[in-house]
Order: sequence, then C-alpha cells, then structure tokens
Amino acid sequence: MDHLLNVTTGLSVLLLAIVLLSVRRAHIRPEYSVTWLIAAGAMLVLSRVRPLLELLRRLSGLPDTPLTLFLMGAGVFLIMVFRFSVILSHLRDDNIALAQRVAILEYHVRSQREP
Amino acid sequence: MRPSGPGALLVIVPAYNEEGAIAQVVESVHTHVPGVPVLVIDDCSLDSTIGVARRAGAEVLALPHHLGLGGCVQAGYKLAHELDFDYVIRVDGDGQHDARDIPRILDRLRTSGCEMVIGSRFDGENGSQSGAVRSLGIRFFRMVLRPILGKPVHDPTSGFVGVNRRALDLFTRSFPLEYPEIEALVVLQRKRFRFEEVPCRMRPRLAGRSSITALRSLYYIVHVLLGVFINVLRFEGRRRPPAEEKED
Repeated sequence: MDHLLNVTTGLSVLLLAIVLLSVRRAHIRPEYSVTWLIAAGAMLVLSRVRPLLELLRRLSGLPDTPLTLFLMGAGVFLIMVFRFSVILSHLRDDNIALAQRVAILEYHVRSQREP
Repeated sequence: MRPSGPGALLVIVPAYNEEGAIAQVVESVHTHVPGVPVLVIDDCSLDSTIGVARRAGAEVLALPHHLGLGGCVQAGYKLAHELDFDYVIRVDGDGQHDARDIPRILDRLRTSGCEMVIGSRFDGENGSQSGAVRSLGIRFFRMVLRPILGKPVHDPTSGFVGVNRRALDLFTRSFPLEYPEIEALVVLQRKRFRFEEVPCRMRPRLAGRSSITALRSLYYIVHVLLGVFINVLRFEGRRRPPAEEKED
C-alpha cells in the first residue's frame, strides 16, 4: 500500500511539474492548466494524507484503500476529459463559424476588386 | 453576384476535390437554368477545383480550411442569405444530380409554399437509382424518420435540395455540420417547417470517388442516428399554424 501511495505521489509531482513547465513555455494556456493542476494537487493530497483517503473509502463503502485511490483518480480524469470535450466542441463551433465568415468576407473583397 | 429581383434563385455546389466533374456541373446548370448564378463552395480542395469552377463561369466561395459537407453547405446558405436570395438549390459537385430537374424543384418551392423540396431518386416512377448498400441505408432511415417527421420521406439522403427564404434563415443559424441531409429534415421538423419531394434523375458520379467508404458507412449510421436523436431532444414543441392543424 505504501509503495502504491509513493508511486501516486511521484506521478502527481511529475504531472504538476510537466503542467507548470508547459504553462511557462506557453504550450498550455493558463486557463486550461488549472484543471490539470487541481487534479494533480488532489491526487498528491490523497496519496500523502492517509486519513483523508481512509475517510473517502469509508464514505464510498469501497472494500480497500488502493481501489479507492484508483477510482478517485479515474473519476477525476474522466471529468477532465469530459470538460475538455466540451471546450473542444465550443472551439470547433467557433472555428467553423470563423472559417465561414472569413470565406464570405474574402468573397466580398474579391467581388469589390473585380469589375 | 446579386439577386435579379424578387424570387431570385441561387444554385450552390459544395465541392471537394471535384476538378474532374465541376466544370460539367456548372455548365450544365448554366445550360438548363440560364441566367441563374452558380456558387461553388470549395471545401479547401487539394486539386484545381477553384480554377476549373471559375473558368466554367461559376462564382467561388473558397473556405480557408476543410469543414466537411455540412459546414461547406452552410457557408453557401449564409452567403445566399446575406445577398438576399429567396431560393437556393443545392447540386452536388460530383455530377450525380441532373440540372434539368432544377426548374421542377424551383417550381415546387414556389407553388407549394413548403420550406424545402427534395429531389428524390425514389419518389414517383423512377424507382431506385442507387447501389444496394445505399438503398439499405435509405430504407433504414426511412423507418427511423417516419414517426419523427410524421410523414414518409422516400429519399432522406438526397443532397439535391431546394430551400426557400424561411429555411435559409433557419439553416444559417442551425445546420448539421458533418452529414447534413437527414439531420436537416429533423431541424426543419423542430420548427414545424414542411418539405416535399419531387422525382429526379440521379446519375453515377462523373469523376472521383465517394468519401463514404464501406467502413465509414457504419460511422455514418451511428453519427446520423445520434444527430437525429439530439435534434429530437431539442424539439421546441411549437404549435402548428391553424391551417396545418386542420390538415392532420
């Protein structure tokens, strides 16, 4: 169990470091990094504060602590994937509307130039 | 390109890599409906579709990147709406639709008052003019759409479609983006708009290959079913005008 928690701690720290570096290098925009930072922070806290993990296990009625940790992690990442799907969908809609607008404006410009 | 007056028609031709067929399509429209402007919407083709279309006498709306069929057609609807055209008929860029049928679709749009007219390969005496797989898909979607639309539709996958100003106004705001034909019918139904079908000739494509391969057919079915379901959930429940209610 301790080994599992240490691995989770290591992965959480690694994730935090990667996200912070990516924000610094402008590979991720700050508004999209917040979710990752919260998720990594939550996993770090859960893997280091064992009473909190035990409390969650009791509240959820799960048989053992590693399973609780795994399900919490999976749940957090599923929520994040869903959130990013929503963001992507909005961006795609905006992108299509913009592309159509650009094409129509280019058409009008070309029409003005031609006799 | 400006409307010639009240009741003006624009023919739009969505095209992606159709350099082999687009000239013939444009020339055919000019021959059979002279004086009607033709707008080719190029979905960022990799070949010389734009140049060929312009040389054939079409206006071209060139999209800056590939949007897919729905986004491409909607761009044409948006421009037609901005330019105040009253009727728009879509003809596919692969040459499957016969321009001789355009006047019949326009005539039905003008006389029936319905918002959309579909050129159907099944309606009337023509019978089936499509392959076995497509026929199977059409039969399936006919069954799915029958209870949703409240009336039978013979050829829900036809892209040979005419719309009037009311449908144009709706489609500039809400139009399915990937495989639009079937979902567009449900979008119309959400507004209680009406459609009719007229029998039309369909030909094999003049050049190139269809983007819907055997594997994509499955994706197509799932995607369209989901789109139909979502549009049914969005149904606005508006009451029909009294005249229409009496017809039921």
